[in-house]
Amino acid sequence: MLILDPEAENAMRDHTESGYPHEVCGLLLGRCDAGSEMRRVAEARPAANLNLERAADRYELSPADFLRIEREARSRELEVVGVYHSHPDHPSRPSETDRLRAEEIWQSSESWSYLILEVASGGMASRRSWVLKQGIFAEEEIQVLPFRR
Amino acid sequence: MSVTVKIPTPLRPLTRGRDSVQVAGATARQVLESLEKECAGIRARVCDERGEMRRFVNLFLNDEDIRHLQGLDTLVKDGDILSIVPAIAGGAEAGSANSLRGKQG
Ligand SMILES: [Zn+2]
Repeated sequence: MLILDPEAENAMRDHTESGYPHEVCGLLLGRCDAGSEMRRVAEARPAANLNLERAADRYELSPADFLRIEREARSRELEVVGVYHSHPDHPSRPSETDRLRAEEIWQSSESWSYLILEVASGGMASRRSWVLKQGIFAEEEIQVLPFRR
Repeated sequence: MSVTVKIPTPLRPLTRGRDSVQVAGATARQVLESLEKECAGIRARVCDERGEMRRFVNLFLNDEDIRHLQGLDTLVKDGDILSIVPAIAGGAEAGSANSLRGKQG
């Protein structure tokens, strides 16, 4: 389960809508409580999409931004618990490319969320979150609740 | 040489939950070998069967991508931080976006 702080959700909404019609991406900072499949997101941090050639339907999250954001998270006793990206004018389901790229890196990543936000005609239309289990994306529930340490 | 290796969240099951591991080595390659002895299975997430770096994984020595240095042969020194950084990405399969409704990045 993914628990989103309302401010984090608003920040992602602003980021995905202002980036439309391009795909945007970023990282989710929060806590993953030990032994639990529950991730609590405190903040969403935009990262650069390095894929400029196909910015409308691809994303490639800048590794330098990953390093910088992860370092900042650690210094504030948070961790990177997942990634978000937008699907301009497409449903919030992972594509086969999303799946292949996730599988190539992690195989399984049950402690990491892939949050996808659908932006339709410039406005956020839906968001769903996914977890990679043995190479297959399974949907996880999202709840919106203020983050508390 | 003692180097700190930073582990991204999804790989922490392989490090028994630790976010960083201290290991010895004179090059990035040796550091990964030491890390593998401590945390079996982790090197295969970073390197392929031939022992070269996977395309979608980056190693940063402090602030520098080791691909811009000497790759896995980059020398490390005491106190260095080697971070495993995934190249997170997604995208459409091929063709125009309209023909791919539901399959986009
Ligand atoms: Zn996608």
